Amino acid sequence: MTYDAGHFDVIVIGAGHAGVEAANAAAKRGAKTLMLTLNLDMIAFMPCNPSIGGPAKGVVVREVDALGGLMGKVIDQTYIQMRMLNTGKGPAVRALRAQADKPLYIQAMKQYLENVENLTLRQGMVERLIVEDGECKGVITETKAAYYAKSIIITTGTFMRGRVIIGDLSYESGPNNQRASVKLSEHLEELGFDLVRFKTGTPPRVNSHTVDYSKTEIQPGDENPSHFSYETVDAIVDQIPCWLTYTNEQTHQIIDDNLGLSAMYSGMIKGTGPRYCPSIEDKVVRFHDKPRHQIFLEPEGRNTEEVYVQGLSTSLPEYVQRDMLRSIPGLEEAEIMRAGYAIEYDAVVPTQLWPTLEVKNIPGLFTAGQLNGTSGYEEAAGQGIMAGINAAARALEKESLILDRSQAYIGVLIDDLVTKGTNEPYRLLTSRAEYRLLLRHDNADMRLTAIGYQLGLISEERYDRFVEKQEQVDVEKKRLAKVTIKPSEALTTAMQDIGATPLKEPTKALDLMKRPEINYAFIETLVEPTDLSEAVKEQVEIQIKYQGYIEKSNQQVDRMKKMESKLIPSNIDYDAIGGIATEAKEKLKKVRPLSVGQASRISGVNPADVSILLVYIEQGNIAKVD
Amino acid sequence: MDKDTIAAISTPLGEGAIAIVRLSGEEAIGFANGIFQGKDLATVDSHTIHYGKIVDPSSEQVVEEVMVSVMRGPKTFTREDVVEINCHGGLASVNRLLELALQMGARLAEPGEFTKRAFLNGRIDLSQAEAVMDLIRAKTDKAMDVAIKQLDGKLSKLIQRLRQELIETVAHVEVNIDYPEYDDVEEMSHHMMLEKTEQVHVEIERLLQMAKQGKILREGISTAIIGRPNVGKSSLMNALVHENKAIVTDVPGTTRDVIEEYVNVRGVPLRLVDTAGIRDTEDIVEKIGVERSRQVLKEADLILLVLNNNEEITKEDEQLFTLVQDLEFIVLVNKTDLPQKLDLDKVKALAGEHPVVSTALIEEQGIDQLEQAIANTFFAGEIEANDLTYVSNVRHIQLLKQSLIALEDAMQGMRDGMPIDLVQIDVTRTWQLLGEIVGDTVQDSLIDQLFSQFCLGK
Repeated sequence: MTYDAGHFDVIVIGAGHAGVEAANAAAKRGAKTLMLTLNLDMIAFMPCNPSIGGPAKGVVVREVDALGGLMGKVIDQTYIQMRMLNTGKGPAVRALRAQADKPLYIQAMKQYLENVENLTLRQGMVERLIVEDGECKGVITETKAAYYAKSIIITTGTFMRGRVIIGDLSYESGPNNQRASVKLSEHLEELGFDLVRFKTGTPPRVNSHTVDYSKTEIQPGDENPSHFSYETVDAIVDQIPCWLTYTNEQTHQIIDDNLGLSAMYSGMIKGTGPRYCPSIEDKVVRFHDKPRHQIFLEPEGRNTEEVYVQGLSTSLPEYVQRDMLRSIPGLEEAEIMRAGYAIEYDAVVPTQLWPTLEVKNIPGLFTAGQLNGTSGYEEAAGQGIMAGINAAARALEKESLILDRSQAYIGVLIDDLVTKGTNEPYRLLTSRAEYRLLLRHDNADMRLTAIGYQLGLISEERYDRFVEKQEQVDVEKKRLAKVTIKPSEALTTAMQDIGATPLKEPTKALDLMKRPEINYAFIETLVEPTDLSEAVKEQVEIQIKYQGYIEKSNQQVDRMKKMESKLIPSNIDYDAIGGIATEAKEKLKKVRPLSVGQASRISGVNPADVSILLVYIEQGNIAKVD
Repeated sequence: MDKDTIAAISTPLGEGAIAIVRLSGEEAIGFANGIFQGKDLATVDSHTIHYGKIVDPSSEQVVEEVMVSVMRGPKTFTREDVVEINCHGGLASVNRLLELALQMGARLAEPGEFTKRAFLNGRIDLSQAEAVMDLIRAKTDKAMDVAIKQLDGKLSKLIQRLRQELIETVAHVEVNIDYPEYDDVEEMSHHMMLEKTEQVHVEIERLLQMAKQGKILREGISTAIIGRPNVGKSSLMNALVHENKAIVTDVPGTTRDVIEEYVNVRGVPLRLVDTAGIRDTEDIVEKIGVERSRQVLKEADLILLVLNNNEEITKEDEQLFTLVQDLEFIVLVNKTDLPQKLDLDKVKALAGEHPVVSTALIEEQGIDQLEQAIANTFFAGEIEANDLTYVSNVRHIQLLKQSLIALEDAMQGMRDGMPIDLVQIDVTRTWQLLGEIVGDTVQDSLIDQLFSQFCLGK
């Protein structure tokens, strides 16, 4: 029936934002890698909003980049607009966001992947996995091609038994009318996978020619754009603006009048949708008092007239979408190019995975991305690169990589997924990170470049540059700790000019910089000039200014790591431990935490259970002591 | 395993004449030394016991006379350095010692933690593992039970309200961070945040203030019985104790076993202070001098001044009136079964507004009136002891203090002009610490708050 189509180290099923990172990472680690996709023209397609980054998510893009991933590089080459968000706040929450050019992003990503050594791109739909002796050993496509590999990664996003719903119209489909993956989903169920039904949605796109921008507010990009990748040098000069408008009473009336026709409210949709990304009908129902909601008009690219109507995600019938749009200032004449829709899909209950993203019950099989119950391109990319690294590790018998909650947002994301699971499509928020002051976008390279380099994903040249930067930061900090600034008339005037209390005593430059109103740029005028890069100066300033808070976070991390270092033996028999509560036992047996720290984060496992667990696993050590 | 130093009261609460506060860990001896006046505990031999005084390092006041045992690891119960401070059995003193130990930097031990450490450090052998786990389970459950019971309904509601205010503030900041373009909420300013935190700060401080009040109820109103020899002090003591044999402080969850010196008079818990002294010496004024009795009286919340109906007022009696004039006191005219020689008008004049009760303790007469007078003094006869909102649990007080510190860190950050998202870290910490009091620390509730408070999305 099937034919032997080839042997690989790693096979990646899917070429979305998780798939491309997984394939690239595996191949760069030295694994002979195959990436299978339904449609080679849709590699790294963005089915929803045309943007990448933002709070927490933007940090993930930088983390992916520091580990040698692609998302940052490719968006830096193709963005239409770049904005740094939260510039008025602290360094921990500043966030970069790009408006993407969807078609260009696809092209650039495909071109990049085609040139990755060890990587084969092929079109094909996988229907089954080859599972022998309980291990995953390959895949079979609908064309009966059998591909064999030591590790297989599934990154099929929202395609699994995908179903698109617009009003009362409902049909089997992946996003943007691509083919749904039905057989693979059924096959996973046969293999004993626990699947859940999730829902997400997207707004209509309108034709730019039919939008009256004069009735909207312009949202330009930054004059001096920053970039995601630590490798990017050149900025894109001609940025394209977005536009802001609002819904109004009339829009809300139209929604109210037609609520029964919305798939969300007619009962057609069974899947759980994300709270942070509600449809417009949800917003109007849940926050009925709000007189207006923001609508951002975002171009989908430079060479297309399609405009994404952010804020208007909906599953109302097409004609209601039209009426709704036309009630909004600037969109009175708007022509819909694509209607908004809701999509339901199967997701894997992520507590079935190890923190390496390998499936617990099927060694050799990994899952990553939206399939694991997340939403967002960045969350997918973060999981993809980790799955790629670990799938290659298994195939090549190299060390695997688990990032902890103090190392990266990616660590927070994966730990949350595999430890707590999720009841709705999971989105990263800065509030999910306990140590967000340590997980800044400006220090993603400091946190992860060395790891990326060890894994072989970061080039020698880039690593050398990173080491040099790190040294420069250290040297400059030491210098500022030694240089004494003396009070002078000129200094007093300068300080008064920026609203600072004048200096009375000679002070070390480092201590002066700790004052809230003093920044590096000011100090620079008082000390011997340097030719340090802006990135180095920024690091020096942040590390000095927020030292107290950073130290406090570090202390918390130390406490966490103590618990994290208590490893739970893989052969532990929870039933044999008398004291643990029944509910906790069930949870522990399901999640199979690797450490006591991870165990303590499982909901339903209380401190007494953790104590008992600790006592139990220490027994072996004690026997040795005695 | 955590290497920090833990402390706890290791004798059953309220039982016995002696109580022990135990410290275990690397800094046990150092912490004890910090509050101990006597030999330098750092240099004494292991497994020796020393007489000395416990001094509050902040006020330099002597708190208690104690015997301190120093035992260096590994030949101790936990195999760590262990210090045991033996003090008088009264709850007040032992709690005070524990609080001082915690102030020094010790952490309040979790239920069963000494045993757990003993086990983890290999002091208890393997065959006992199961028993240890059962013990931890039982102790934890019981402690939780007690803690929840001790958490007065009103207090719980108050803390929940404070937490709600904090989390709304936190969610506000979070929404500014995660949805920077969301225009519905104004940007949380330092000014707004400072206002919020100041409000909460006031409330927590008030709670801690009331904790002191609550302590009176929890630990009893320290009551001194004074009077010349043979006026009937011991009879009064016996009458109060016998009348009120089974002692409950009437505070939820603080049911205690019978304590002889601890009596509950119509909902007012009385702790008969220094009764050992009163029993041993017939006359504290005479024996230990006016200065010392002044000291005893100063620490008392209530004085029962006993006079003899059968004798005329003496100079000593009048001296006692002078001693107690600024204090809460009740005059007992005892031995009314014997002929009256006492000038009652003079007594009333000396007593001023304070109640004067006639008793014949030997005949068991007048005790009811005395008890009513006590109840009236403390609750004006109206307030029930368990109507008050207060914090009674040492752990809760400790957590409140910690949350106050976190809150002050946040306020300091604001004054220093730190970015709001950094300041917010300390506000979140306050919210978490308060959550530990009411047993709710789930991080996810912040995210729930975010989505219920604001309309977010693309």
